[in-house]
Amino acid sequence: MNIELIIGILNIVLISTTPLVFAGIGELVTEKSGVLNLGLEGLMLVGAVTGFITLVLTGNYFYSLILSIISGVILSGIFAFLVLNLMTNQIATGLALTIFGIGLSAMLGKKFSGTPIEGLSPYYFIIISFLLVFSVGYFLSKTKSGLIVRAVGENHNSAYALGYNVIKTRYFTIIFGGVMSSLAGYYISICYAPMWQEGMTAGRGWIALALVVFATWKPWRLLVGAYIFGGVAIMQMNLQAFGVELPGQIFNMMPYIATLIVLVFISSNKVRLKLSAPSCLNIPYEKNS
Amino acid sequence: MVYLIRVQLREDYSNLIFYLSPLVAVVLTLFFGSFIFLILDLSPIESFKIFFISPISNSYGISELFVKATPLAIIALGLSYCFKNNIYNIGAEGQLTMGAIFGGGIGLLFNDSTSVFLLPLMILFGAIGGSFWATIPAILKTKFNTNEILTSLMLTYVALFILDYFVVGPWKDPEGYGLPKSMPFPDAGRLPVLFDGLRVHIGVYFAMIICFITYIVYNKTLFGFKLKVSGLSSKASQYAGFKYKNLIFYTFIISGACAGLAGLFEVSGPIGLLYRDISPNYGFTAIIVAFLGRLNPIGIILSSLLIALTYLGAEDAQLFLKIPSAVGFVFQGLVLFFLLGTDFLNKYRVSIE
Repeated sequence: MNIELIIGILNIVLISTTPLVFAGIGELVTEKSGVLNLGLEGLMLVGAVTGFITLVLTGNYFYSLILSIISGVILSGIFAFLVLNLMTNQIATGLALTIFGIGLSAMLGKKFSGTPIEGLSPYYFIIISFLLVFSVGYFLSKTKSGLIVRAVGENHNSAYALGYNVIKTRYFTIIFGGVMSSLAGYYISICYAPMWQEGMTAGRGWIALALVVFATWKPWRLLVGAYIFGGVAIMQMNLQAFGVELPGQIFNMMPYIATLIVLVFISSNKVRLKLSAPSCLNIPYEKNS
Repeated sequence: MVYLIRVQLREDYSNLIFYLSPLVAVVLTLFFGSFIFLILDLSPIESFKIFFISPISNSYGISELFVKATPLAIIALGLSYCFKNNIYNIGAEGQLTMGAIFGGGIGLLFNDSTSVFLLPLMILFGAIGGSFWATIPAILKTKFNTNEILTSLMLTYVALFILDYFVVGPWKDPEGYGLPKSMPFPDAGRLPVLFDGLRVHIGVYFAMIICFITYIVYNKTLFGFKLKVSGLSSKASQYAGFKYKNLIFYTFIISGACAGLAGLFEVSGPIGLLYRDISPNYGFTAIIVAFLGRLNPIGIILSSLLIALTYLGAEDAQLFLKIPSAVGFVFQGLVLFFLLGTDFLNKYRVSIE
């Protein structure tokens, strides 16, 4: 155990955790407005594959970034239309989005699997991820728009009565979440890996979903939680270096078990629940005509 | 000129359309699917033939259709209890895995057994394993009011890692060339097949029996009535004196047991041992099956056959069209999107003024 090894591991944790921060902070904003989007994994994969294909075809990083973002806007826009305008079940729609995204990304990326690309440096994205968490924290707690988002998530009928447009607000938050997920995917296929492989996000969308709950819907805790989750995952790969004799799977399930414990903890006390979880999460909003 | 789109709840809510809309969703999916094939430079008609017709044009294909439809139908029938009660158990994949671990564990424990009781014991433990895993979200929901969507989802991943632990660690086959898989189950622990040379197994009978029982429960029993009432309004069911918490418990246990059964059937039927990827997302896909079948036992059987066909078609598409088998997921996702969308038009009247 020496100082270079520790710095090396910290560096890997920093690089590997960033997608969780992106996807998590997006989902946090979506959930704050009262919508549960289970489609993160699908959004990430499609974001990853569109960015990758565009980069291979054009060789232009800017275009690839833009197209990846557009894919997130379109897919989350479809999700938003279904759950907001057509008032479909959010769970089923989110799952459909994930399943659809897994399939679509695999189909689109088939020809490009294994194509080598020149990856981008991850450090820009790491800096952006920190700025993003800071901005979202500021936005939700200090700005009027942030207050509206929270009001809509807390009680959509009251927010409507106060004259706020519930549907429009939720469109914004869902699409913000979608774009963040596709950026997370973009980061994975362009900076982290850099390559394309079927299902390469490897369940990070689900971990990000757990992360939002683990952080009890607070941006700063999300950042801390992401690095705990990311750190545990890297620890698992370096067990020998730490001299630990535990099965790796225990480390892999840690994020999920930790989230379960947090869930029980925040639910068992009604007051605590009110302080953190948006009350209208997963409750469809029907505008009275 | 300003157009106003008016959305009103329909008073003439139609049950016929409710049951027909899955068909509409399927037609729309095929329509959109043909665009996808066109984009990929494939002839839609040829592709659909490979996707939906050639897989079931011989006895082997039809047997495979039932092999795939059996777990989907069993899980979806179980899930329908939860969904009818407005409880979103989305952790069937984890409950399936636990069923496979419990039931399969029995098979590995008595790996030199030739007893006729081995298979029934494995089936029993499969169901117990699944319902054990489902009781966790049920207890958390009833005792602490914890959101069952999130807990059942988290537990799915925990179960997958537990299976991974066993097949890499204690249950690894010493003669398996270091591969992460268990020893094969003894012959007494294998599910009998219906026809020699085909993989379709007696799980089909179980699916039919569960379908029949579910039909009776939903239409002829007080329990079914309670589910219906509390699904429409949990408050109403409490006023009526139904023990809502017990209902949550029962529905979780039933759906967990079904998922566990399906998991055990997979490992003791077509697979024959335990390894990492025992299920191609059956637990999640069964959610689509349940919705597509409108939580109706007979509807679920039909939709399980249809969704099973997307699995088979995707495998053929990979072989003959050289497109990834994940194309099946595209169709599954699309059909659910369209189904949810068409429900809206049945529930509401849309007019432009």
